[in-house]
Amino acid sequence: MNNVNDTLIPTVGVITDVRIDTPDIKTFRVVTTDGKKAFDHRPGQCAMLSIPGVGEAMFSITSSPTNTEYMEFSIKKCGCVTEWLHQAEVGQQITIRGPYGKPFPVDDVFAGKNLLFIAGGVGLAPLRSVINYCRHYRDRYGDIDIVYGSRSKADLLDYQEIIDEWSNDAGVRVHLTIDNAQPDWDGHVGFVPNYVKELGFDTNKTAVLCGPPIMIKFTLEGLVALGFDKTQVYTTLELRMKCGVGKCGRCNVGAKYVCKDGPVFRCDELEELPSEY
Amino acid sequence: MLKCSLDKLQALFAKIAENAKLYLPIDNSDGTASYGEWSEGTAWSNALNTTKSPKDFFFPQTEDLMKFKTEGKNIEVIDVRRECEDFVIFGVRACDVKSFDILDRVFLTEPRDSYYAMKRAHGIIVSVACQKPAETCFCGTFGIDATEPAGDVTAWKSEDALYLRANTEKGSALLDKLADLLEEGSDEAVTAQKEKTKKILDKLPLKELTTDAFGGGKTKELFDDPAWDALSATCLGCGTCTFVCPTCQCYDIKDFNTGNGVVRYRCWDSCMYSEFTRMAHGNNRLTQKERFRQRFMHKLVYFPENNDGMFSCVGCGRCLAKCPISMNIVKVMKKIGGNKGE
Amino acid sequence: MQKITREQLLEKACALLASGEVSCVLGWGAGEFGYDVTPTVFKTAEELKEGFVFGDFCGVNFSKYLVSKTQKLEGKILVFLKPCDTYSFNQLLTEHRFDREKVYAVGIPCEGMADIAKVKAIAGEGIVSIEAKGEKLLVTTLYEDAPVEIDAKDVLAERCVNCKSKKHVAYDELLGEEGDVLDSARFDEVARLEAMTPDERFAFWQNELSKCIRCNACRDACPACTCEKCVFDNPNSGVENKSPANSFEEKMFHIIRAFHVAGRCTDCGECSRVCPQNIPLHLLNRKFIKDINEFYGEYQAGAEVGARAPLVNYTTEDLEPGEVFDRRGENA
Repeated sequence: MNNVNDTLIPTVGVITDVRIDTPDIKTFRVVTTDGKKAFDHRPGQCAMLSIPGVGEAMFSITSSPTNTEYMEFSIKKCGCVTEWLHQAEVGQQITIRGPYGKPFPVDDVFAGKNLLFIAGGVGLAPLRSVINYCRHYRDRYGDIDIVYGSRSKADLLDYQEIIDEWSNDAGVRVHLTIDNAQPDWDGHVGFVPNYVKELGFDTNKTAVLCGPPIMIKFTLEGLVALGFDKTQVYTTLELRMKCGVGKCGRCNVGAKYVCKDGPVFRCDELEELPSEY
Repeated sequence: MLKCSLDKLQALFAKIAENAKLYLPIDNSDGTASYGEWSEGTAWSNALNTTKSPKDFFFPQTEDLMKFKTEGKNIEVIDVRRECEDFVIFGVRACDVKSFDILDRVFLTEPRDSYYAMKRAHGIIVSVACQKPAETCFCGTFGIDATEPAGDVTAWKSEDALYLRANTEKGSALLDKLADLLEEGSDEAVTAQKEKTKKILDKLPLKELTTDAFGGGKTKELFDDPAWDALSATCLGCGTCTFVCPTCQCYDIKDFNTGNGVVRYRCWDSCMYSEFTRMAHGNNRLTQKERFRQRFMHKLVYFPENNDGMFSCVGCGRCLAKCPISMNIVKVMKKIGGNKGE
Repeated sequence: MQKITREQLLEKACALLASGEVSCVLGWGAGEFGYDVTPTVFKTAEELKEGFVFGDFCGVNFSKYLVSKTQKLEGKILVFLKPCDTYSFNQLLTEHRFDREKVYAVGIPCEGMADIAKVKAIAGEGIVSIEAKGEKLLVTTLYEDAPVEIDAKDVLAERCVNCKSKKHVAYDELLGEEGDVLDSARFDEVARLEAMTPDERFAFWQNELSKCIRCNACRDACPACTCEKCVFDNPNSGVENKSPANSFEEKMFHIIRAFHVAGRCTDCGECSRVCPQNIPLHLLNRKFIKDINEFYGEYQAGAEVGARAPLVNYTTEDLEPGEVFDRRGENA
């Protein structure tokens, strides 16, 4: 019996690095106890992390699949499991299982397209995986625009990576914004949906949205106003999950299970779902 | 067709129990019945069905998944799964046998749930045809024939004998072991018994209930039906319907600190509970109306959409009998979808 | 069996709706088989005429619904209250759980409600209709051509056999005759349990509570359980509304609940009525009521709005903990 795998039984992982990204977001680097990447994944997929006795929760894998050495998770402090993780030190073991969910269609739909990534706050976490994947295979994609906003400069996730790496890539344009002006910020100030409208993108793009529900709602409206069709726009959903494989019933919306049929959805697919997400 | 005279029933049970644990419906002191383990002299209940469904055998209300030992920063995962032995569930009604097919769709779909799969592989189901279906029965609505239950072995009870037919290899193997107590029986007694039951089935008050208004692809049409408000208006939000239901299978996974390590267990959960979908940053079903609707939409629309039209209800009638406010799937089916179910 | 008829209640409800005094009616809705009555919010006379019923299976106590319904529904709600329901009504008012101004309470007499399990025990399963005829119930089943005639008094619910009061302690208007507070034998069963040895008593409750499936129906139906956020719904409490991690937990659930409603429980009996496993939960609450009566003098929760219950009212006459223990030696 014990030689039969069960997806509910996790493997032990070790936190090998903790990066403080923002006042409430840390990025954790995780490998197995023998120093390897726990499993392969595709951009947009998730993993269940747990601390025995505290709980288990689903997180998007922030690192790109092209990184074969470890996985990274950018985690915002907002509940039991995340609060515990934020106190964890390097060397702490956790459990990990996955990968779960349907990834972004990076190898078919996205191939050859101009891409527009729009993120708000910790919403950059799942997009970092796909952005870095597309940067890695740069020649497979057209122009890449990244619009990213947060409350303040300090709340911008992966700021150094964005400035040092993403902004310097050929054909990659980064548009940062923060909600309110502050002294050490000479970039754009304003909410993401408005900024997207101001930037006024051409519709010859596939767009990917990730962020708080309210940001997604208004940004999508903005994109539609710019002439985008909903079939050109992808986003991710987040609901409570326990099993990760469409059995525990928690993330069921309409005939879909966000854990296995999502988290990535095309916006026209969302319209088919009852408005319960 | 094999038969065993009813006066040899205890001997039959004893023989089964020699090789496997035997569970069957047993009378409780309050007039209800529940599944329990047979031991010498344990009588088989005459009740139509048990209060709780037999889903416990494969999907127990609580079940340990694994243990953890933690020491400093280190974690050890301990697999607590053990090979289980064969067991026989005797006296399962047609509706409940069908519920196992529905649970299989969930737990045996890849990735298979090894906890469920193992118990399912070792469970041998002896079903028994209904003789006196009750007013709350509507298995016919879901295409189930109460006189021809599935299972590894099907049994029919007559005045003086139990007739048995193996349907699967597991069933044949079981009956082979019981050969000493069995003799050849004619089909006629079974046919006569079925005819008697069919006369009652024809009189069932819910006989006309249909699924016509439901099924995959009906989300848009039914989700915003104004009748959900009134139907859910007095729902208590308890989990009775869910927990007595043979097909409800939502679960929670929780950790329990024993003081000597952590046990991760799963337990039944209910979409009727206010906390079911609560997350750190909010809840996507805020009112009881939404939770109530989810339960029925899942059974009547979402599940069939994902499972070739199979509904996630077997018409066993437990929720009709047990809901504290007598609200149930029948009342829902009659109201939602423009009374098409009437 | 009931002296007041559906027609009388219907007439009253329709008149109050028509006059605009109330905007909706909390009443009993028809089921499929005569006994499966659903509490229903009726908004029009047409809805009432189509679905409103009253009879021997209308045991649901509506009082607790007033907590949520007075917040959600516009206008005044007409609620029909049987005598025992009025105690819950008052207790909820004492605890400021709903706005009295938003309710029009019509007191109705009750001759005791029937327990469908008792009906089935006599008449058998397969009940398709039940008709009241004087002191008899005519039960039609699937299996017999002629209805089975049973005495209504033989199938009274336990809480009605041991009815504590036919008197209404709250109403805006009373239909029918007022009754009296009764001498009931409701503590006899508690006394029987008290007379057991601790081991016997433990075995009794072990057996009963082991049947619990933690569906929370008792809590959700209980008019004394009106916390905005129950401890058993709080994920951080570790006892969230889930099935038990071990057999100790289900006992804890019921015992904690009994403690929490002690002194506030009016003994309406809804907990036992709704339990799908037929656990006699009311006995836990009655034990508290009996003890309170013995320790502090007779007290009926809900008898008066604003009453200071003994457990929340210190007096110099209060007995010492030691006296409690001494009362019955080691069995106290």
